[in-house]
Amino acid sequence: MNGLLDKVRALLGAEAVLDPGSAGIGPRIAPPTPEAVALLLRTATEEGWKVRVEGTGSWQPADAPADLALTTRRLDAVESIEPQDLVATAQAGVGWDRLRQQLAERGVWVALDPPGLAGRTMGSVVVVGSSGPLRQGLGPVRDHLLGVTIVTGDGRVISSGGRVVKNVAGYDLTRLQAGGFGAFGVVVRAHLRLRALPRADVTLTLEGTREDLSRVGDDIRERGLVPAAMELLSPALARRAGWVLAIRCAGSAAQVEAEEATVRATADGRFAPLPAEETHGFWQRAAEGLAVRPVTLRLGGLPDATDDLLDMLAHQLGDEWISASPGLGAIRWSGETTAERLRHLRRTLAGLEVPLTLERGSWPLRVAVGHFGAYREGVGPLVRELRRTFDPAGTLVVPIAAEE
Amino acid sequence: MLRELPIRGLEAIVGHRHLRRATSERVTYASDGLPTHRRLPALVVLPGTRDELIAVIRVLSQAGIPFVPRGAGTGLSGGALAAPDAVLIALTRLNRILAVDPQNRRAVVEPGVVNARLSAAAAPHGLHYAPDPSSQTACTIGGNVAENAGGPHCLKYGVTSNHVLALEVVLSDGRVIELGSPGGEPWGPDLVGLFVGSEGNFGVATRISVRLTPTPSAIRTLLADFMSLRSAGEAVSAIIASGITPAALEMMDRSCINAVEDSVYAAGYPRDAAAVLLVELDGAAPAAVDADARAVEELLTGSGARSVRTAADPRERERLWQGRKKAFGAMGRLSRDLVVQDAVVPRSSLPDVLETIAGIAERYRLVVSNVFHAGDGNLHPNISFDATDVDLKERVETASAEIMQACIDAGGTITGEHGIGVDKLRYMPLIFDGDSLSAMRAVRRVFDPLEMVNPGKVVPVHACREWIQGRTRQ
Repeated sequence: MNGLLDKVRALLGAEAVLDPGSAGIGPRIAPPTPEAVALLLRTATEEGWKVRVEGTGSWQPADAPADLALTTRRLDAVESIEPQDLVATAQAGVGWDRLRQQLAERGVWVALDPPGLAGRTMGSVVVVGSSGPLRQGLGPVRDHLLGVTIVTGDGRVISSGGRVVKNVAGYDLTRLQAGGFGAFGVVVRAHLRLRALPRADVTLTLEGTREDLSRVGDDIRERGLVPAAMELLSPALARRAGWVLAIRCAGSAAQVEAEEATVRATADGRFAPLPAEETHGFWQRAAEGLAVRPVTLRLGGLPDATDDLLDMLAHQLGDEWISASPGLGAIRWSGETTAERLRHLRRTLAGLEVPLTLERGSWPLRVAVGHFGAYREGVGPLVRELRRTFDPAGTLVVPIAAEE
Repeated sequence: MLRELPIRGLEAIVGHRHLRRATSERVTYASDGLPTHRRLPALVVLPGTRDELIAVIRVLSQAGIPFVPRGAGTGLSGGALAAPDAVLIALTRLNRILAVDPQNRRAVVEPGVVNARLSAAAAPHGLHYAPDPSSQTACTIGGNVAENAGGPHCLKYGVTSNHVLALEVVLSDGRVIELGSPGGEPWGPDLVGLFVGSEGNFGVATRISVRLTPTPSAIRTLLADFMSLRSAGEAVSAIIASGITPAALEMMDRSCINAVEDSVYAAGYPRDAAAVLLVELDGAAPAAVDADARAVEELLTGSGARSVRTAADPRERERLWQGRKKAFGAMGRLSRDLVVQDAVVPRSSLPDVLETIAGIAERYRLVVSNVFHAGDGNLHPNISFDATDVDLKERVETASAEIMQACIDAGGTITGEHGIGVDKLRYMPLIFDGDSLSAMRAVRRVFDPLEMVNPGKVVPVHACREWIQGRTRQ
């Protein structure tokens, strides 16, 4: 242990050691720059150290066994915000909340509402691919990423994409990183696509039974309306007595007014707008509610299978903490469960061509079932080779597949 | 060295009729939409079914013959050219729309389906396929996937990558894999996202699942004309900054306007304008679209537009759009050859970059016409020339390189939608270092270890870190 610490101190300076660790627990190192991350990982690979990568630890438990923990929390610079070009560049360790605040001061935002507690880092949102309800109208995480800089497991600095909104120069390695759980390198910097803050932003809610709300959701879809978000929330998550269908309309005043009128015209006029002062809190509580139980996972099926998938989840894991985008077939579940139950559910879902991604969980659970679990035939060897490409010595401890 | 072609094996799969062996037949496939590169393939094979395609690739793999998949050949980077030692696999016979699922807003197609045909098939359900390259009446979905094609309406709706949910892919050794899932959630890492835009280097897509988008019920199309390129560029910035996202925001300069107006695609653009902007707004609610259109009109006027005209009916809208979409064709009137450039710059730098390009054109005594996706900052400076004039051709190449460098210097990139192909290989080291290029090459070799699919494209091997190190050692 001392040998490792001495080497790290010699490489990065004593201030990079946040926590020297103790018997059985490796030290926590906070490199201050992407170059320092590269230096640390190059050395780790040469020395055969295993490295756990973490942000602030507010999303994934910082419990993977490793010789050292590399935290991105000092990589927290917002390097540039260009409102006129709608592009920002930020380092991975910047808190999502802080980034959002800085962007808002310049009249722009990244149109994502990822689940998680305050302090969750931008890097965590990117590598987990944590899209929230806004994925309905504004797209998943990958659609908001223009480029990334990563450091490979053996310390090479690789860039992909760029700072412009259209870019097909070279292979799209950025997409590999969005939702890659850090298995293909450490994301140290991202170029983000911004939008001007919506001039109007209204949320309407309707409370009822899940079946009733599903029908209403179908009705809204059939009217051709694509709101910023259309989310079905379980009673516990919405903090209401029944299930809630929440529609978020965001954009120009005229657009929001028209969308609001369409929503109100459905469900016999039962939708009610949330008071403006409650809107932010409503969505924030839902986002936080998905990050406080031990396990969070997501499924992605076809929209018309959403009801069946929700039934299956309720039957196999319970349905206390659920947030679903019925217009997309995307479902996020949180709660307590076991590896055995997850394996069983994943097998059942595989038969329906529905992937299950384990977003959060304890180390024993993650290593038992993997973030992705089994792949389709022929894909597993490709993923393993891709990992070797970006982490030849297996320095980065990331359990993406069950067998690892 | 040219290996012996497995003619018999291929003939047994596709039949004599669907092999092109004679030079006169192969010459049709010697170039794509970019006239500056030509390569005559050793052979052209046209499989008619997915199974035939897989069998063809397996035969070529066993024989160790490199191959190049090709759609309609409308690409603009030389991406689908096959060298004389390679076989070209034309996918145009794989043109079946396998499923349209209006309930889930998705469709499954074979790679040779023409882009516009898919939208036509989805239209009765109030849906369309959103990516709309200018060549959409000819280009194929498979080619769009390979190039991650864009189009005017990608400003609001996103590029091809945002619309592909799942792929069935045959790898260079004939193995068939499925990427993605019917709902679009990746099954593991996002290999669909990685595959789209890989220019055929990772394999051949045999089935493509795409998202369909509700067709907007209200559309307003505005044409604004400006007396300077700078004020048109500033109008673009003003609209983007306003928070209104037009469905499309296109610009044409005077040279392009006049080429269009001189052609059968004449759209009534004002010939004396320095530039016109074509702005389209759409949505589900007419009142909202009208309000946004009024706001945009104010922004255009405030930025110095001489006049703003709104298409009165669908026919006029179609006419305005036809001029824009056929602009490349119209430029064929200007000269024998045309270099279609494709670069992207930060939108706020558009006015400066346009002036720089005009300066380069003047310095090299060239005719440069600009028609481009202004809302995305995706420039298409097109240089008209005669390739038989050696001096002129040299000036075109030097000017092209300077234009690219100017876009990179402005914080931009070398291609927004046309791809690298062979045409832009030389520019890749200007934006990526050796380690990044090496990583790209290593990723390609995960899918295609012997680099047999579309060899020599996208990544300039000489600029990769391991090549440079090897050369240094020697």
